Amino acid sequence: MTSVYVDNNATTKVAPEVFAAMEPFFCEMYGNPSSMHSIGGSVGPKLKAARAQVANLIGAQPDEIIFTSCGTESDSTAIHAALAVDPAKRHIVTSRVEHPAIGSLAGTLSKQGYRITEIPVDGDGCLDMNLLEESLTPDTAIVSIMWANNETGVIFPVEKIAAMCRQRGITFHTDAVQAVGKLPINLALSSIDMLSLSGHKLHAPKGIGALYVRKGTKFSPFMIGGHQEKGRRAGTENVPGIIALGKACELAGENLTKENTVVKKLRDRLESELIRLIPDAKVNGTIKTRTPNTSNISFANIEGESILLMLNEFGICASSGSACTSGSLEPSHVMRAMGVPFTMAHGSIRFSLSIYNSEADVDRIIKELPPIVKRLRELSPFS
Amino acid sequence: MWEYTSKVKEHFLNPSNVGEIENPDGIGDVGSLSCGDALRLTFKLDENEKIIDAKVKTFGCASAIASGSALTEMMIGKTVAEAEKISNQHIADYLGGLPKEKMHCSVMGHEALEKAIACYRGTPIEEKEGEVICECFGVTDLEIIRAIQDNGLKTVEELTNFTKAGGGCERCHGDIAKIILEVQNKPQPEEEKPKLSNIQKMRLVEETIEREIRPSLQLDGGDIELIDIIGNRIIVATRGACSSCKSAPITLKNLVEAKLREFVSPDLVVEEVSK
Repeated sequence: MTSVYVDNNATTKVAPEVFAAMEPFFCEMYGNPSSMHSIGGSVGPKLKAARAQVANLIGAQPDEIIFTSCGTESDSTAIHAALAVDPAKRHIVTSRVEHPAIGSLAGTLSKQGYRITEIPVDGDGCLDMNLLEESLTPDTAIVSIMWANNETGVIFPVEKIAAMCRQRGITFHTDAVQAVGKLPINLALSSIDMLSLSGHKLHAPKGIGALYVRKGTKFSPFMIGGHQEKGRRAGTENVPGIIALGKACELAGENLTKENTVVKKLRDRLESELIRLIPDAKVNGTIKTRTPNTSNISFANIEGESILLMLNEFGICASSGSACTSGSLEPSHVMRAMGVPFTMAHGSIRFSLSIYNSEADVDRIIKELPPIVKRLRELSPFS
Repeated sequence: MWEYTSKVKEHFLNPSNVGEIENPDGIGDVGSLSCGDALRLTFKLDENEKIIDAKVKTFGCASAIASGSALTEMMIGKTVAEAEKISNQHIADYLGGLPKEKMHCSVMGHEALEKAIACYRGTPIEEKEGEVICECFGVTDLEIIRAIQDNGLKTVEELTNFTKAGGGCERCHGDIAKIILEVQNKPQPEEEKPKLSNIQKMRLVEETIEREIRPSLQLDGGDIELIDIIGNRIIVATRGACSSCKSAPITLKNLVEAKLREFVSPDLVVEEVSK
């Protein structure tokens, strides 16, 4: 049985073209770009090209791209940089639905004496923009709001927020890990100061990410050591990873239309059919502003882990905001922040598609999931 | 992904005895929707108080569903008095073990069984007696104390795995740690540690010396030999470097006696055989 992989917000398959592009950099062009010989020297121009590919996807200039090891490192670097360059400012604004890369970091910084404002969301998962604006003070060092939520796909008006921050001289960072490659992004036309992206969410391998830092933004490195990345991120370059990220960004640019037409259509059909076929099911997060690949649906009175494991029996790989899947005991912080009732939060399932999904994949889910929900409800004492 | 045993997967994918018995002799409801898992157990008895049928409905993760299924299989055919002896650990063992973060599923099964039996006897357990310590999951101090005693829990994390208490906002972690300390310092009731027979005691003393004591003495070139056991007096002889070592008496107290007290019995005294 072939798998139906609809967990692309967790991680993606490496595109065959990406794998082909990076492969020579393991055993043939393995040199260190800093070396003074041709095995190393030949790598430099390839890195330069990859940097341009990444920059091109998000409307940046190549020297505004810093390669990192992952989205989390990019996020940590951005926040720490903003705090380091302006140590007098002790206030950070973020949201309640951030990825732990920002959420947990904010928690740690709070213990170190920083004041954290976490902007709440409404039942649709949308930010309270008035509160956000009111929370900006002369003491605010950085505002960090994700571009799109990983669980619901809900898109936040980051360009508007960035403009708000620019007016007040506050640095704005966005964790765009779930947005890059799914939404058109042109940083040249925005006021966003820093942006994090991650390779493995867009068909590059794990272990490579990037941080965009707008030219002129005050910066302080997180990793200290050698001169790599112009002294902004020390450590020998992950050459195969960088090449892969470059290629993946090039492909993502080419596939952006497909993502917003073909993938979106698949997602919409999956969602509307499941809602039609399964009673007491509800979509989480506004459907007005959402990434084209994500659908988060709650099934009342059953538990997410059970649904996932039964789907797994049919080769279907999805994800859940249920408590049980994470090892924590409470449903996901995103579901709770949205005020999703417990009856629904425990049974939330996220389907996140990619260009590699087909109509047949969607058909399989539509065929297998309704009986699973029915079966689990028969087991449940609540229905 | 959880590492569930094949037994857990079996009971999850094809749970036994799903449903609810009409006019049951006993019924036990535990958990709630907000907690993320819940279980309703019903059973039917014959004239000899033997459980002839048990059914279960479960809301929750794979291990909760499997625990409910296992429980019914374990109960059926037993008398009420026999079924009463099924513990949460028995349920976990029946399933070939549960991931430690999922032990609370077996605890839930056990609680449902207790409630159903109490219901049958007409002595329903008073709901939520004691003081609520964990507000997130509504766990009381009495439930916490019991879980610590029944399962020998030592840390807040372990307690969370078994009862969920402390798994939410974490504000109660300080209180839970305090309760764990209190329970540990309180002398355990007599029946909890069965009295050892002389032969069992001798064997345990020998094992402890071999496993816990000699290896660390030998590291320093010393050694010890068990000479005799007279009541609670353990008579040993020091060997090697120990026999000429000035701090040997301290080692006997701090290492040998401490280990024997820990692993065998707290009232043991170690004496060195007269040279």
